[in-house]
Amino acid sequence: MIQVAAFYLFASVLTACALAVICARNPVHSVLFLIACFFSAAGLFVLLGAEFIALILVIVYVGAVAVLFLFVVMMLDISFQDLRRGAMQYVPLGLGIGLVLLVELFTLYRAWPERTPVITAESTAIENTEALGRIIYTDYLFAFQVSGLILFVAMIGAIVLTHRCRPDVRRQKVAEQNRRKPSDVLEIKKVSSGSGA
Amino acid sequence: MMPVFSWASLSPALPELFLVMLGMVMVLAGLSQSEGAARSLCRVAIGGFALALMMLLGVNWDSAPVMNGMFVMDHFAGFMKLLILLGLMAAVALSVRYLEQEEIDRFEYPILIVFAGLGMMLMVSAHNLLAMYVGLELQSLSLYVLAAFRRNHSKSSEAGMKYFVLGALASGMLLFGASLVYGYTGALGFDAISHALAGGKAGAGLVIGLVFLLVGLAFKVSAVPFHMWTPDVYEGAPTSVTALFAIVPKIAAMGLLMRLLTEPFGSIMPEWQQVVWVLSLASMAVGAFAGLVQNNIKRLLAYSSIGNMGYALVGVAAGTASGMGAVILYLAIYMIMAAGTFGIVLSMRRGGRAYEDIEDLSGLSRTNPLMAWTLAFLMFSMSGIPPLAGFFGKLFIFQAAIASQFYVLAVLGVLCSVVAAYYYLRVIKVMFFDDPLDALDSDLGFSLRAVVFLSIAFVLFFIFSPDTLVETSRNAAAALFAG
Repeated sequence: MIQVAAFYLFASVLTACALAVICARNPVHSVLFLIACFFSAAGLFVLLGAEFIALILVIVYVGAVAVLFLFVVMMLDISFQDLRRGAMQYVPLGLGIGLVLLVELFTLYRAWPERTPVITAESTAIENTEALGRIIYTDYLFAFQVSGLILFVAMIGAIVLTHRCRPDVRRQKVAEQNRRKPSDVLEIKKVSSGSGA
Repeated sequence: MMPVFSWASLSPALPELFLVMLGMVMVLAGLSQSEGAARSLCRVAIGGFALALMMLLGVNWDSAPVMNGMFVMDHFAGFMKLLILLGLMAAVALSVRYLEQEEIDRFEYPILIVFAGLGMMLMVSAHNLLAMYVGLELQSLSLYVLAAFRRNHSKSSEAGMKYFVLGALASGMLLFGASLVYGYTGALGFDAISHALAGGKAGAGLVIGLVFLLVGLAFKVSAVPFHMWTPDVYEGAPTSVTALFAIVPKIAAMGLLMRLLTEPFGSIMPEWQQVVWVLSLASMAVGAFAGLVQNNIKRLLAYSSIGNMGYALVGVAAGTASGMGAVILYLAIYMIMAAGTFGIVLSMRRGGRAYEDIEDLSGLSRTNPLMAWTLAFLMFSMSGIPPLAGFFGKLFIFQAAIASQFYVLAVLGVLCSVVAAYYYLRVIKVMFFDDPLDALDSDLGFSLRAVVFLSIAFVLFFIFSPDTLVETSRNAAAALFAG
């Protein structure tokens, strides 16, 4: 009973926040609503017994992605009022596409073969995290490794597109620092007492 | 119980493993070298692709799927990878000098091409929806960066941005389709999906999933109506990158499409044939008619590639082994013609500046007859004039379509190719009958000359021994229908 109540709570908060993300006038508010969305989605994952994914969602999406969004939204000098001007002319098109998608979703719902019972996580001795680890590093090793390569390419791409070599920057030259000897830079002077250096 | 692992079980993926290593070593080498790294790494990349090609020829082309059924190496994958590696070598060879001339010779360029090539090879070997997606994404991400490689140039940045946004949308569609297919069949592996579909009729949900998968892939092969990015990206990207786009990625995307449609969804062929039919006809028509009004040669070749993908899709729509064999042959011939044509586009320079309009070729037959004749034969071949290679590609495609009783598609396809012949012939008219402009720079470089020479030799002499290539592509296609 309490689970059902929790489900409806999380689901309705999620939907309301998702609507608020696209309706909010201030883009910063949109991002904050997005964070609330992530939290409610994480709650739904906990209800499904997938606590690892719930935590990852909070750590990665709330902790990193959403904060990044916030930074970008606040740092970019874009007038969102100007962007929004003229957006109304696309409303009929958007509504049309939305309608088509709705009809498709309805067809999908009708086409579902039979009412299969809801699959819940098996309550075995294996922990959620351990179960994921077991398949990611065995059955899905290939996809996991290629995902790593994709991230590598993304890193190279970000550097290629944004890194600029500026000659006027003072850089730390570790080799030169290590090569420095006391005799190069230190001079010991005898200072006789009574007179200055 | 832990399954026993042996390195030998990974041997079908040897060329891919080698390319991963090559890419990483190239990153380290590029970082430790300051001057002229791009040029030497381009050579390393060409050598690496050649080595991977040798490994590919040494690998057993009849292996069972490895890595938990995610990666398969059959005759189809083998031949497609052969084409991809050859295309990559040509694309890198065409770029070496161009990069220096345009002062974008940064060492990441060949590295990104290596990773893009790796993604393409994984795509044609994918045997699981997940493996398909990661391969596709590896390839696409590298290509987005390459499109924006000339980052100080607004058109190049725009091309990269457009390609990225639309490509991301396409990936989203593909994933949505994959999730529906997973939901209605309960499987990600191609074998398991085809097992789940065997005999039974597909429900509406699965068909919607399949259509979304097709939409995602149609973006990647730039089939109409998902072609909008192609002309802008081709025009904006640095010309050597445009050459790469025209030569290789479409082979991989088309290969993935063919495997996806025949292996997991082979039993519900009528469901996808109609979609491919529409895509194919629309691509041929738009490729032919929109090309008529182009003045920029890169945009012209973009529409030409859209049209050519339309012809290739005719063979896919046929849905038979001979149809797929014709598609493979068509892709091989198109790749070689595109390599030669872009070699000439890359050498359209006067006084160190690149020119891109068709008018810039005016009177080329008097200032540089050899180049003019070469481009003329390539254009004749592209438009499908008989003794040249391009004719045979189209011939086998339309034969297969007629054998599968797609008469309307075949007739409309031939009509479209007549329309498209106009713009190919217009290039020839400009070269031979217009007033000559100043001569083009003659300093072309060995690698570019070699690519153009090999391409034109293939186009001219294909007719004397077509059997090898035709047989190989038939065998490759037969592997798709073996399982």
